[in-house]
Amino acid sequence: MTIKKIFIAASLALSVAAAAYAEEAKAPAAGAAPAMSAPAAQGAPAATAAAPAPNAAASVATPAPATPAPVKKELKTNKTITIGMFMVIIAITMGVVVWAAKQTKSAADFYAAGGGITGTQNGWAIAGDYMSAASFLGISGLISLYGYDGFMYSVGWLVAYITVLLIVAEPCRNAGKYTLGDILSFRTSPKPVRAFAALSTVAVSTFYLTAQMVGAGKLMALLVGIPYKMSIIGVGVLMVGYVVFGGMVATTWVQIIKAGLLMSGAFLLSFLVMIKAGFNPIGFFTTIVSSPDIQDHVSKLVLKDGVILSGMDAGQRFLEPGLYLKNPLDQISLGMALVLGTAGMPHILMRFFTVPTAQAARKSVIIAMFIIGGFYILTTLLGFGAAIHLTPQGITAIDPGGNMATLMLAQQMGADIAPIIGDLFLAFLCAVAFATILAVVSGLVLAASAAIAHDIYVNVIKDGHADQHEQVFAARATSFVVGACGIMIGLAAEKQNVAHLVALAFAVAASGNLPVVILSLFWRKFNTAGVISGLLVGTIASIGLVMVSPNMTYPKVVAAGAKKVVVAMEKKQAALPAGQTLSEKDAKALAKAKVDAQQDGTSIVGLDKPIFTLKNPGIISIPLGFMAAILGALAFPNRRSEEMFDEVYVRQNTGLGMAKAVEH
Amino acid sequence: MAEKQYDWKAIAKNPKFVELHHKKTAFLFGWWIFSCVYYFLLPIGAAYTPGIFKVKIIGVVNFGYIFALSQFFVSWGIALYYSHVANKDFDRLTRELIDELHL
Repeated sequence: MTIKKIFIAASLALSVAAAAYAEEAKAPAAGAAPAMSAPAAQGAPAATAAAPAPNAAASVATPAPATPAPVKKELKTNKTITIGMFMVIIAITMGVVVWAAKQTKSAADFYAAGGGITGTQNGWAIAGDYMSAASFLGISGLISLYGYDGFMYSVGWLVAYITVLLIVAEPCRNAGKYTLGDILSFRTSPKPVRAFAALSTVAVSTFYLTAQMVGAGKLMALLVGIPYKMSIIGVGVLMVGYVVFGGMVATTWVQIIKAGLLMSGAFLLSFLVMIKAGFNPIGFFTTIVSSPDIQDHVSKLVLKDGVILSGMDAGQRFLEPGLYLKNPLDQISLGMALVLGTAGMPHILMRFFTVPTAQAARKSVIIAMFIIGGFYILTTLLGFGAAIHLTPQGITAIDPGGNMATLMLAQQMGADIAPIIGDLFLAFLCAVAFATILAVVSGLVLAASAAIAHDIYVNVIKDGHADQHEQVFAARATSFVVGACGIMIGLAAEKQNVAHLVALAFAVAASGNLPVVILSLFWRKFNTAGVISGLLVGTIASIGLVMVSPNMTYPKVVAAGAKKVVVAMEKKQAALPAGQTLSEKDAKALAKAKVDAQQDGTSIVGLDKPIFTLKNPGIISIPLGFMAAILGALAFPNRRSEEMFDEVYVRQNTGLGMAKAVEH
Repeated sequence: MAEKQYDWKAIAKNPKFVELHHKKTAFLFGWWIFSCVYYFLLPIGAAYTPGIFKVKIIGVVNFGYIFALSQFFVSWGIALYYSHVANKDFDRLTRELIDELHL
């Protein structure tokens, strides 16, 4: 107990130190302790005014001598308030960890909170586990820049829960214990099945975790100016602290707190947006269509496709599909990965082992669906609200991907009441983003650790012969190692393109995990060979297809594109009257294109150009996963697996014999 | 607690269980397929029949927007309907089965 407290204190101290260090780097004059409050003014000069002025973007592209990147317009946060709010969140969650650590005595406590989470609590925790910073900031950004397509993109993330509700939640509660391996190994040879299930869980969690960690590092750097590496270490230390000491109880409560904060933030901000629109939804949409800035933005977007639109027609186009999602097959492929992958995500499946009954599992999914769906509907208001009040031009001036739209909107909506409220509101939403990152990464670390400690160590290496003390120790040690690996991957992947990793995680879950879960629960003839071939083929197919897809970097393709830019720019230069040079922006583009045009070589798997043209592999890899699972089972029939189907089927439908699953 | 030994095969043949199993399977897979079809109409429709999506319904609000918004309400509707049927029918059948088996 004492050692635990020392560790908790140490991780708290470390994270405070991380924040303090970051401040010192930014404002060396301030001492360590006052750095918490003093340096707001020192940090400010680099940031230009946050209120967007559309035409300012081009003129500030001069490289500053001290910094490697050009000084861009950025979002100015009040660091004192923001870091103060981060500290409050760290303090509250650390309190939760200390409380949770006292309750975590057995393996069931560590992995499944002893089955003592209620349906309502679990519903909030599922929502907290699921909605990442990408949903919070990314989707509203997409809506603010591309209108309808951003909204359409968000739909699949909710519909995915129908599969969770109808097919997996209750059977998994009734048939499983802590992990995916528990469900799959019921009537198969436990050792190989658990080993493969654990590998697939670790693969999915690693992809997702890497994307989250890199996103976290970049976001923290952008929001409060903490350097990337320090952000990763700070987030990593907190995440390891939550999981190692508090296990599932702490992770659950961190997720519940985060979901509550996220919903309050989204609700409050949408409320302010609706006040401005006079609570008239039709008027709100009319404002979008008639906004000259949005009209101008859309005209430029469609001009790239050779379409000329202007005025109200261009405004109306903002509410129609096709500005962002241009490849329908890719869309359908992503939709399949979402609808089937969510139900195969190990960290989501794991949440159903924390509730006592199938009824509670059912209730938790329904509550989660209302929270998640409600959130995405509010996101529409935020995205369109940002487009109206900040203009797409203002949003892209801060971040070309639109990820800052919600935060900018919060600052402006608050500042319209009083400047300090703008700062407070922005700081609050930054804190929500911070809590969001912590909640999602903790859930992933817990899922990966459970697979390694419970499936591989306890059941494969120790044949299930490990007492409670040893199991809990193994779980904690594994979480520590998994968390440390997560930090290292995050540090190593700073310069990597990780955007496709979230889609890849869903594709692997949909093609590898979900087919074997469904077939295990519902098909009599399913067996060991089916599980292994399904997991292997589904996982390898998704990863393989992504490796040869346009997600990878193809130097020759980049060079070909750059050559075109060089030709166009040189033409432009030649057309200029004598003595004049290209504008600074064009000159920079030309210099960059000239460098890029020299690129040669192949992608990491040795290709000149992508073989598979879609970014999302689901449409091919999901059917492959199902086919491999079915063919594998048919090729190597197993009588024992067939005979045990009655038991699995009765158990998953009725919950009979479940007490064993909880107590064991 | 020493675990009770159940005769799984016998339970699986129990008429109550067979009834539960049939009702549940039809309901779950039926509504699951419905929700998938309804969802995929959105990306497919947006890509191949953009004309319909552009039809204005109320003011500037078009069919595409209403259809996307309806996805949320349809999902919630299915969830609530399932919860209603499960709480009323499936749970009752399960309880009756367990009572009948004197477990």
